[in-house]
Amino acid sequence: MTISLTLLIVMAVLYAGGIYLMLERSMTRVLLGFLLVGNATNLLILIMTGVTGSAPIVEDGVDAAEMTDPLPQALALTAIVITFAVSAFLMALIYRSWKLAREDELVDDPEDVALRSASSVPQDPASDATGDTDFGSRAEAAVAGARDVELEDELAAHDSAESGRSSGRAEGADR
Amino acid sequence: MTPLVPAAVLIPLLGAAVTLLVGHRPRMQRIVALVALSAVVVTSVVLLVAVDAGGPLVMEAGGWAVPFGIVLVVDRLSALMLVVSSVVLLAVLVFSAGQGIADGDDETPVSIYYPTYLILGTGVFAAFIAGDLFNLYVGFEILLVASYVLLTLGGTGPRIRAGITYIIVSLVSSMLFLSSIAMIYGAVGTVNIAQISERMAELPVDVQIVLHVMLLTGFGIKAAVFPLSFWLPDSYPSAPAPVTAVFAGLLTKVGVYAILRTETIIFPGPELNPALLVVALLTMVVGVLGAVAQADIKRLLSFTLVSHIGYMILGVALGSAAGTSAAIYYVVHHIIVQTTLFLAAGLIERAGGSTSISRLGGMLAASPVIGVLFFVPALNLGGIPPFSGFIGKLALFEASAEQGSPLAYVLIGAGALVSLLTLYSLMRVWNMVFWRPAKDVEGYESSSLRHMSEAPGGATLTDARTTPRLMVAATAGMVAVSVALTVFAGPLFAVSARAGEDLEGPRFYVEIVQGRGG
Repeated sequence: MTISLTLLIVMAVLYAGGIYLMLERSMTRVLLGFLLVGNATNLLILIMTGVTGSAPIVEDGVDAAEMTDPLPQALALTAIVITFAVSAFLMALIYRSWKLAREDELVDDPEDVALRSASSVPQDPASDATGDTDFGSRAEAAVAGARDVELEDELAAHDSAESGRSSGRAEGADR
Repeated sequence: MTPLVPAAVLIPLLGAAVTLLVGHRPRMQRIVALVALSAVVVTSVVLLVAVDAGGPLVMEAGGWAVPFGIVLVVDRLSALMLVVSSVVLLAVLVFSAGQGIADGDDETPVSIYYPTYLILGTGVFAAFIAGDLFNLYVGFEILLVASYVLLTLGGTGPRIRAGITYIIVSLVSSMLFLSSIAMIYGAVGTVNIAQISERMAELPVDVQIVLHVMLLTGFGIKAAVFPLSFWLPDSYPSAPAPVTAVFAGLLTKVGVYAILRTETIIFPGPELNPALLVVALLTMVVGVLGAVAQADIKRLLSFTLVSHIGYMILGVALGSAAGTSAAIYYVVHHIIVQTTLFLAAGLIERAGGSTSISRLGGMLAASPVIGVLFFVPALNLGGIPPFSGFIGKLALFEASAEQGSPLAYVLIGAGALVSLLTLYSLMRVWNMVFWRPAKDVEGYESSSLRHMSEAPGGATLTDARTTPRLMVAATAGMVAVSVALTVFAGPLFAVSARAGEDLEGPRFYVEIVQGRGG
C-alpha cells in the first residue's frame, strides 16, 4: 500500500497537537484538541484508502482497480458528522459552565479533594500548606469565580458534617 | 422474521421523533415512550424465540448483499441482550415516569428527557445487532451522545462538572475505536465483522496484537475495566436516579458485549487471554476495595459495578465455550440486578432524603417495602444461593477450574473474596440504613463507619418525600425479574450455553453471514 507522505505528516502533527491540547485543564482547549484529534482520525481513515485513482463511478472502459476506494470517504463523512454534533454539544456545555461559574477551567472533582483530606493519617498543618499537589496551585490561582466559592461551601459543609465523627477520633488518637 | 430485525432500532427512533413532536404534552410523551419500549420488548422476545429455535437472522440493509451493504445480525447473544436491555429500559422508564409525575419534573425536564431516553435505547439496540464494526461505532456514538445529554440534564454545577469528565473520557475512547477501525480497514480492507474474522488470521501476529490491543482499549474504557474505570464512580452518581440506573445497567455492558465479540469472532486467538485474566483480577479487587470505603450508596454501587465487570471479563478471557456461556449469563444477571439496586437507591434517596449511610437510619420501620426491594438484589449481587448471582459465579468458577491454569485458580479465589466483600459493603448499608434506629443516627460511633469517605453533597439532608406507587412498582417489577432469573435459571442458562457454543470460534458467525452473501 502506497500512501501520501504529506497526509501522513499532517495527520501526525494534528494528533500531536490535539493530544497536547486535550491534556490541558481549560475546557475550550480540550474542545480544540478534540477537533484536531477528530480531523487527524478522519485523515487516518482517508489514508487507509491506499492508492488513489479515478472517481469511483461505474463507466465502460474503467476498471475497478483504477478507481479510488470510496468506502473510507463514506466512513470519514459519517465520522465528520458525529464529531460536529459532539463538538456542538461540548460548546453548549462550556457555555453553560461559563454562565454558572464564570470559569473555563475544569476544577478537581470534590470527591477527590475530600478523599485527599480524609486520609486517616493526622496531617500537620505545614505539610498541608505545601503538600497541595500537582494541579492544586494552578487551579486555585485561576479559579476566582463563583464555582470556587460554591465548592468551598460544599467542602465546608462536608467538613463540619465530618467533624462530629472525626473529632472524637482525633481525641482518641491524642491520648 | 427478518423484517423484525431493524424494528428493534426503528421503533425507539420513531418513538423519539414522536415524543419530540408532542414535547408540550408530557402525558402524551409518556404514553408514546411506554408504547414504543413495550413494542421493542415484544419484538425482542419474538426474535429470541425465533433465533433460538430457527437459527440466526441476518438482514442486509437496503438489499445490498454482504459484504457490500450494511448487515444486521441477530444471533442468540444479540437476541438475549436485546430482551434484557429492552426490559430494563422499560422498567426504568416506568420508574422515571412515576418520579416525573410526583415531582412535577424538576429532576427530568420532560420535553427532552423522553426523546433522549429513547435515542439511548436506539443506540444500545443498534450496537447489539450491528454486523460490521463501523455500525457498532455508530451505535456507540448514538448511545453516548444521548448519555451526555441525560447525564447533564438540568445543567446544574455538579452535573456539568461530572458530565465534562465523562464526555472527555468517552471521546477519547471513541477516537481510539475509530482509529482502530481505520487501521483494521487498512489491514484487511473491510469493516464487516465476519470478513474481518476471515482475513485477520492471515495477518502477521504482531500486527494482529496491535489492532487487538487498540480495540480492547477503546472498549475497555466503555466497559470500565481497570485501569480504565477511574471515570465511572466520579460521573454516574451525580445524574438523576433513573438515569444512573440505566447507565449502570446497560452502558458498561455494551462495552462488555463488544469485548465479547472481539474476543470470540475478530481475534479468537489466545494471545491476550492471560493479560485479560490479570485485568479481570485487578478490576474485581480494586473495584470492590473502592466500594468498601464509600459512605454514599450511589458511589458504593458504582464501585461494585466496576468490580463485577471483572467477573464478565474473566469469563471472556477463559477463551472456552463454558467461560463465554457463564459470562453471558453473568451479563444478563448483572444488568438486571445492578439496575434494581440503583432504583432501590433512588427510592432510599426519596424516602430518607439522603444517600449517605452515616445520615440514614430507621428505614426498615419507616418503609419496610423499600427494605425488601433493597435486600433481595443486595443478596443477589453478593452471590448468596439460590439467587442468580450465585449461579453465575458458580458457572464462572467451574469454567475457570476447567481451564485449570494457576492464574485461573487465583481468579477463583479472588472472585470468592470479592463476592464476600461486595456482600460486606451492601450489608453495612443494610445495617446502617435499615436496621439502625433513627434516633441513634446522631453521634453514632461504630467501627464499620470509620475510614469512610463521604460524598461532599451527602451531608445535606433534603426533605423526605412520599414515594409514588409507580416508582415502587417499577422497582418491585425489576426485583421480580431478578428472582425470575433464578426460577427460570435452567432454560436461561441453556440459552446462554447455546449462545456460548455459537461463539466458540468464529466459524459459525462467519458462515451465517457469508451464507447470505454466497
